[in-house]
Amino acid sequence: MSIFEAILLTVITASTPLVIAALGELVTERSGVLNLGVEGMMIMGAVGAFATAQLTGSAYIGIVGGVVSGALFSLLFAFLTLTLVANQVATGLALTILGLGASGMLGEAFVGAPGVRLLPIEIPVLSAIPYVGTVLFKQDLIFYLSILLVIAVNWFLFKSRTGLKIRAIGDNHASAHALGIDVIRMRYLAVMFGGACAGLAGAQLSLIYTPQWTENMSGGRGWIALALVVFSSWRPWRLLAGGYLFGAVTILQLHAQAFGIGVPSQFLSMLPYAATVVVLIIISHNRRTTLINTPASLGKAFVPDR
Amino acid sequence: MRKLALALAATAALVLSIGSAAEAADKTKVCFVYVGTRTDGGWTQAHENGRLQVEKEFGDKIETPYLESVPEGPDAERAIERMARSGCSLIFTTSFGFMDPTIAVAKKFPKVKFEHATGFKAADNVATYNSRFYEGRYISGIIAGKLSKTGTAGYIASFPIPEVVMGINAFETGAKSVNPNFKMKVIWVNTWFDPGKEADAAKALIDQGVDILTQHTDTTAPMQVAEQRGVKAFGQASDMIKAGPNVQLTAIIDTWGNYYVKRVKALLDGTWKSEQSWDGLKDGILTMAPYTNMPDDVKKMAEETEAKIKSGELHPFTGPINKQDGTPWLKAGEKADDGTLLGMNFYVEGVDDKLPGK
Repeated sequence: MSIFEAILLTVITASTPLVIAALGELVTERSGVLNLGVEGMMIMGAVGAFATAQLTGSAYIGIVGGVVSGALFSLLFAFLTLTLVANQVATGLALTILGLGASGMLGEAFVGAPGVRLLPIEIPVLSAIPYVGTVLFKQDLIFYLSILLVIAVNWFLFKSRTGLKIRAIGDNHASAHALGIDVIRMRYLAVMFGGACAGLAGAQLSLIYTPQWTENMSGGRGWIALALVVFSSWRPWRLLAGGYLFGAVTILQLHAQAFGIGVPSQFLSMLPYAATVVVLIIISHNRRTTLINTPASLGKAFVPDR
Repeated sequence: MRKLALALAATAALVLSIGSAAEAADKTKVCFVYVGTRTDGGWTQAHENGRLQVEKEFGDKIETPYLESVPEGPDAERAIERMARSGCSLIFTTSFGFMDPTIAVAKKFPKVKFEHATGFKAADNVATYNSRFYEGRYISGIIAGKLSKTGTAGYIASFPIPEVVMGINAFETGAKSVNPNFKMKVIWVNTWFDPGKEADAAKALIDQGVDILTQHTDTTAPMQVAEQRGVKAFGQASDMIKAGPNVQLTAIIDTWGNYYVKRVKALLDGTWKSEQSWDGLKDGILTMAPYTNMPDDVKKMAEETEAKIKSGELHPFTGPINKQDGTPWLKAGEKADDGTLLGMNFYVEGVDDKLPGK
C-alpha cells in the first residue's frame, strides 16, 4: 500500500463520524430545532455500541446498540424542548454534559475490555481497482452507510414530500401548522433522526476508530460536527465535502509533523478550527445565500395555538 | 446486563460513600485529585493503584476520597480547594498542570499538607514528587535501537514541557548508544488524553516508515494501533500488554504505592516535611514491565542496563552528547545534573523534529 492510499484511509476513518453526526444535525436543524447536544449523543452512542458489541460478541448488533442509544438520548432533548418548551440552546448544552457524565458511569465496567472490531467488507471486482479500490471499496459498513445516508438525505429533503414538509416547518412553523402539518410530531422525528445519526457516529468511534471504550473518547468531535452543519450551509453534499476537508486537515497536520516540516505543532493542531472560521467568513460574506439556506425558525420554540 | 447493573450499583455506592465520608471526622483523610479516570489504563490508573495500596496498608485508620477527571485549568483550583475544605489532612494532586492551583490553595490552607506530582514549585506545606521516567525511556531506547530495522522510531508526545522533552532525549540517547545513526520522528498531539487523535498520530508515524512506537500520552490507543499493524511499541505509565499482547516490548510503570505509603506514614507519625523527591528504578517508584516480544540477547541487554542504572553505574545522560544542532552539551564522561534535566528545553542530536516554541 502506498503512503497515498494509507493517508486516504486514515482521512476516511477520521472524517466518517464527522459526516454522519453532522448529517443528522442537518436534518434536525432543517426542521427548525437547534440541538447542541451532538457531543453528548455521540458519546452515548459510543458507549451503547461498545457495550452491546461486547455483550453480544457482534459488532453489527453493536451498531444497532449505538444507533438506539443515540436516538433514545435525543428523545430526552425532544421531550424537554418540544413538549415542555425548554430553551433549546441551554437544553442542548446540558445534554452534552449529561451524556459525557452518564456514558462514563455506564461504561465503567467496560474500560479495558478487548472490544469487538468491525471488519471491513471487501466489494468484489471494484476493490481490485488500483488506488481507488482499497480506499473506497474495502471499507467497513459504517463508511458505506455514511455515503448512502448523504445520498438519501439529499433526496429526502429536496425531492420527497415529507422532506418538503420538514423544510417548511423549519422555515415557518406557524404557516406549516396552519396548513395542517403536525409540527411537533415531525420535529420529534427529526430530532430522533439526528440522535440516531450521532449514535451511529459514536459507534464508529468505539468499533472502528479506536475499538475500545474510554471516557470522553469523543474528544470534541460533536462540536466539529455542529460547525460542519453551518459550514455546509445546510446542504448534504457540501457537508460531505466539508467533513472530508476537516478530516484531511486533521490527518495531514500529523503527517506534516512526522515529515519534520518546521511549523509549530500548536499551529497545525489549530488548522481545522481556523479552516472553519475562514469558510464561515466566506459563506456569510454573501448574505443572500446564507439567508436562503438558514432555516428561518431555527432555535425558535413552537407552541401550537389550540 | 449484569455487568451494567453492577457498574450502576458500584457507582451509587461510591456516591454514597463520598457523602458519608464528609461526616466522619475521626479518621485521617488522605485525598487524591486525578486528571483522568481511575480506569484509564495509564497515568491515573497508576496513581489509583497507589491509593489502593495506601488503603490496604492503613486500613481503618484513614480514608482516601478522590476526585477524578479534574481538568487542568481554573476548575482544578476549585476542585483542590473543595478537597481542602472537606477536611483532608494530606492531598495528592497528580498532574503537572495542577502545580499552580496546588500552590494557590496551599496558601489559603496552611494546615493542610499537599503533595504535587511532577512539578517544581514547593512550599512549607507543599512537597513535590516525581519519578525518573527517563531511566526507563533510556532502556526503551536501547531496545528500539537494537530491534528497529528502519532505524527510526516514532514518538507520540503530549505537550512540550521539560518532562516530555527529557523523555524524548533519553529515548534517543539510549537508541544511539547501540545504533549511532538512530533517528526519531515526533508528533505533538497537544493533549494527554484523546484516543482518536493518539491513534491517528500512531498511524501517521507507521505510514511514514517508523517500525517502533513509543508515547507520552495516556491512552492505550497507540498500542492498539501498533498491535493491528504489527509494529512494536512501548507501554506508558501502566502495563499495556492487554492492548498489545504481540507487540508490547516493555512498559514504563509508575509505581507510586510505596511512596504514598511512606508519606502517609510520615503524616500519621507527625514527621511529614516538605521535600522534593525524585526517585527512579532504584527506589522502585519506576518499574519495567516484563521484557517481551524480543530476542533473548536484546532482553538480556535491557536487563543488564536496568541493573546498571539501579546500581548507579550508569546514568542515561552521560556525555559525550550533542544538542540537536551539533553543539556540544555534555563532555565525555560528564553527567547531566538534575536542574538541567528538570528544565530541559532542547533536543539532543538525532531527533528529527523542531521543538515547539523554539
